[in-house]
Amino acid sequence: MKATLAKTKKNTSSPILTTADIDHIAKLANVPVSKEQAIELTEQVGETVEYVSKLGALPTENVVETAQVTGLENVLREDEIDTTRMFTQEEALKNAKRTYNGFFMVDAVLEEK
Amino acid sequence: MDTYEPIIGLEIHVELKTKSGMFCGCPADHFGKKPNTGTCPVCLGLPGALPVPNKKAVEWTIMLGLALGSTIAEVSKFDRKHYFYPDLPKGYQISQYDQPLCRGGMVPTSFGDVRIHRVHLEEDTGKLQHATVDGKRVTLVDFNRSGVPLVEIVTEADIRSAEQAKEFLKKLHQIVRYLGISDADMEKGSMRLEPNISLRKIGEKGLPPYKVEVKNINSFRFAERAINYELERHARMLDEGKIPLQETRGWDEAKNATVSQRTKEEAADYRYFPEPDIPPMRFTQQMITNIQSTIPELPDAKLTRFTKDFGLNNQDASLLIESQELADYFEEAVKVATGRTNFSPKDIANWIINRKPDIDAVMPAKFIESMREAKEVVAVSDKDLFAVIDKVLAENAKAVADYKAGKQQSAMFLMGLVRRQLPKSDTKLILDTLRKSLDST
Amino acid sequence: MNSDLSIRDIAKKLRSKEFSSYDLTRECYDLIEKVEPKIHAFITLVDKKDALARARKIDEHMTQSPLAGIPYVMKDAYLTRGVRTTAASKILDDFIAPYSATVHKKLEDAGAILIGKMNMDAWGHGASTENTDYGPSKNPWDLTRSAGGSGGGPAAAVAARLSVFGIGEDTGGSIRNPAAWNNITAMKVTYGRVSRYGAIAYASSLDTVGPTAKTAEDCAFVLEAIAGHDPYDATSSKQPVPNYTKELEKSIKGKRIAFPTEFYGEALDPEINAAITKAREVFVSLGATVTDVSLPMLEYGVPVYYILAPSETSSNLGRYDGVRYGYGRNLFTKENKRRIMTGTYALSSGYYDAYYKKALKVRSLFIEEYQKLLVNYDAILSPVTPIMPSKFGELLNDPMKNMMADLYTVIVNIVGLPALSLPCGFGKGGLPIGMQLVGSMFSESSLFSLGHAYQKVTDWHMQLPQVLK
Repeated sequence: MKATLAKTKKNTSSPILTTADIDHIAKLANVPVSKEQAIELTEQVGETVEYVSKLGALPTENVVETAQVTGLENVLREDEIDTTRMFTQEEALKNAKRTYNGFFMVDAVLEEK
Repeated sequence: MDTYEPIIGLEIHVELKTKSGMFCGCPADHFGKKPNTGTCPVCLGLPGALPVPNKKAVEWTIMLGLALGSTIAEVSKFDRKHYFYPDLPKGYQISQYDQPLCRGGMVPTSFGDVRIHRVHLEEDTGKLQHATVDGKRVTLVDFNRSGVPLVEIVTEADIRSAEQAKEFLKKLHQIVRYLGISDADMEKGSMRLEPNISLRKIGEKGLPPYKVEVKNINSFRFAERAINYELERHARMLDEGKIPLQETRGWDEAKNATVSQRTKEEAADYRYFPEPDIPPMRFTQQMITNIQSTIPELPDAKLTRFTKDFGLNNQDASLLIESQELADYFEEAVKVATGRTNFSPKDIANWIINRKPDIDAVMPAKFIESMREAKEVVAVSDKDLFAVIDKVLAENAKAVADYKAGKQQSAMFLMGLVRRQLPKSDTKLILDTLRKSLDST
Repeated sequence: MNSDLSIRDIAKKLRSKEFSSYDLTRECYDLIEKVEPKIHAFITLVDKKDALARARKIDEHMTQSPLAGIPYVMKDAYLTRGVRTTAASKILDDFIAPYSATVHKKLEDAGAILIGKMNMDAWGHGASTENTDYGPSKNPWDLTRSAGGSGGGPAAAVAARLSVFGIGEDTGGSIRNPAAWNNITAMKVTYGRVSRYGAIAYASSLDTVGPTAKTAEDCAFVLEAIAGHDPYDATSSKQPVPNYTKELEKSIKGKRIAFPTEFYGEALDPEINAAITKAREVFVSLGATVTDVSLPMLEYGVPVYYILAPSETSSNLGRYDGVRYGYGRNLFTKENKRRIMTGTYALSSGYYDAYYKKALKVRSLFIEEYQKLLVNYDAILSPVTPIMPSKFGELLNDPMKNMMADLYTVIVNIVGLPALSLPCGFGKGGLPIGMQLVGSMFSESSLFSLGHAYQKVTDWHMQLPQVLK
């Protein structure tokens, strides 16, 4: 991805991102983005990214990351079945737009993951 | 082919047979259940649901790591791995990225050692099924399997042949079964194999510029075939000066070939980051020692002991240690026989290997009893046997004549008559003696 | 107007049968009928018949819980079994929650009566409740202005006395900002104090669940009911829950309050500056000491937040694929897309270290800065927002200004600290002004007592909004 972005970056006036980058990110994020939106997002996401880049100025070489602030460790549950939260098939499928024979249904995905 | 050397690494996924899920209390046993009947907010990826990791799954993964000689992480954590697919309810899989539970390790094979790269814990996805509904191709999704604890074992690319891959896989399968942490049933998909295959010119160093991943393999035999198929395909292409495409292929059982599934145009971008919903894990030496103490004797150690302590040859010992249950059966039988019979462990081993008793139905003591009876009858005096045979032959002249005329069934008929008078006798012995008598008259 | 009474008084009167839960609940519905069309605080109003039936039941079996029989609202970010839950996004337009958030379950167990699911910026993305698919909420103090965000709906409803209290959700200021703009009191709790189970995740490492009400005391009553460890949330704390309503009465004499001078610079609206400077004097008059201190990292809060929150939201919103529930991803708003795209970029290969990882490191620096300071102080006195309630469109069309509205609130989430937001004055046109008291981890009790002492000698929090006049 870095390579992709760096390559496209050269052909543009925008300092941070190009619409090609936005298209690529949109694909990764699985968010549909129209042509007009892509132009707008290029500018706005670029602006945000540029703004947050300000952190680069802070020296953090020897700083450890904090992914979460609880200070908790080893929060594990015993291996027990909890039926209180389980759904019946009907409940599980209730909010789905398309179901078939107890399954959720989507347009065919051809490739195997 | 002689100019190339196979470079093979394996990725193996093993579903743990915990009672409950990786991050929720739904049953982990999903096989053969009606679709979407074993789900809750967590494994269905509902808004607001949060994961809480299963302690046993973590311990079992560490146990497997210890069995493989891995180093257990002092600090480990879960990470989110992002991609979109209908079987992945949250848009990410909770997995482990840069701090897996176990790193390193090694499994010896007769072709050389296979080093373990890492062992980590993650959650399984739902299951997809392809169908036609109202004339339209659709995909059906069942989330019963979603959130089942899944261990991923990754080897270094140390494997140099399909045979070695197969041996490694069998050994790993055996270790997992010995630990009792998974059914490792490939038919059911509770053990899944993904070889990464490439060829390198002999004499070259470093990894080849491509690798092909093969999925959808559900037996050791198919793993061997798929690897050999790929090795030949790559050799042909390399001979023609082409480099095989870096891609994922699937094993097609019907075609007896691998088929292209998806081309990796660019490396997937999974956007890993530490799972903020789960605090990190820290393991003390004491915790690891406690887990270590629950590991049973493993196949390699048992094999050595069986050959040393029981005087068995390597082949027999290997057969007996195939499963923990059979090995235990043998040992129990030896214990029962000691002091009560003259049977040596070797006698018992042979008897088990040849007779293949149903170890779930016949208790070891009963088995030794039957062995004793069988051997006792054989020991019955030749004099008695000859006397009965002579009598039967004299009384059944027609059958004797038929036998002489080439009718083999007559011998069986005569044996039946002899056995009626010696009910506990060994049929093989009777038949052999009977034939000798018939042939000598 | 009984909904204007404190929880303590309502609880007393319900038990002395001065009025019933039925009366109180019906009164709320009557007021909603009159006021709601003007302010649009609700996305889903719980069926009146159901709520009244529940009130009747509570009347017949009054329990010990001080919240029994009291009507409340929740930001529409909580799953409420059997009731529509949208997160203010059309993606969940017809989503009927099949389970209840722990906070909802606890309040139901306490006998409180849910009457509405409230407006917000879709998925929590915003500071003005304009970025909602259900139309913006209006400020009850000035209908031409925003009710704040992201929890503008619950705050406006409490301000207009349509509900006795509300449950908000604070990721970067979503409880405190609307509290300040609506002249109500709210507690952003320590991360881990209240279970997040069943709260629709915006940014998991920052999200907190907390009360909004008229006073610090009311917030204490609600927090007492909803706080505590939950086995369904691995990040929830096992720290015992103090008796907040009792400890609230503790004297604040000798309490040490820090006044970070950087916070009162040019970025801050002078009216807000003046109001808080006056509040400072009130605290001194109550026996507390207020000392000027320095928290120089202020300017890095918003950049850290706008890396962490978009990154985590890009992940958390991945589940909305329309397969198991809801509609497709094309229904995300512009602001949603901006944040999802920014986050996806920040997490992508080659950029993770420069953005997400960097932000996690700077977070450690913030923790250090605040821990160091809070060793010597009981609270930090800070503005909530740098600006007065915004006109519609002002923030929506200016992503940069939108970000800066979070200047004083986001660091609290980054560090995980508790913060009490409370009214401290009015500006031109009678617009409310709020301040916040930020404490060390799990110091809610101490913040409540500071707030309670302040509210005993001031009456800002008792003023009713224009819309009721």
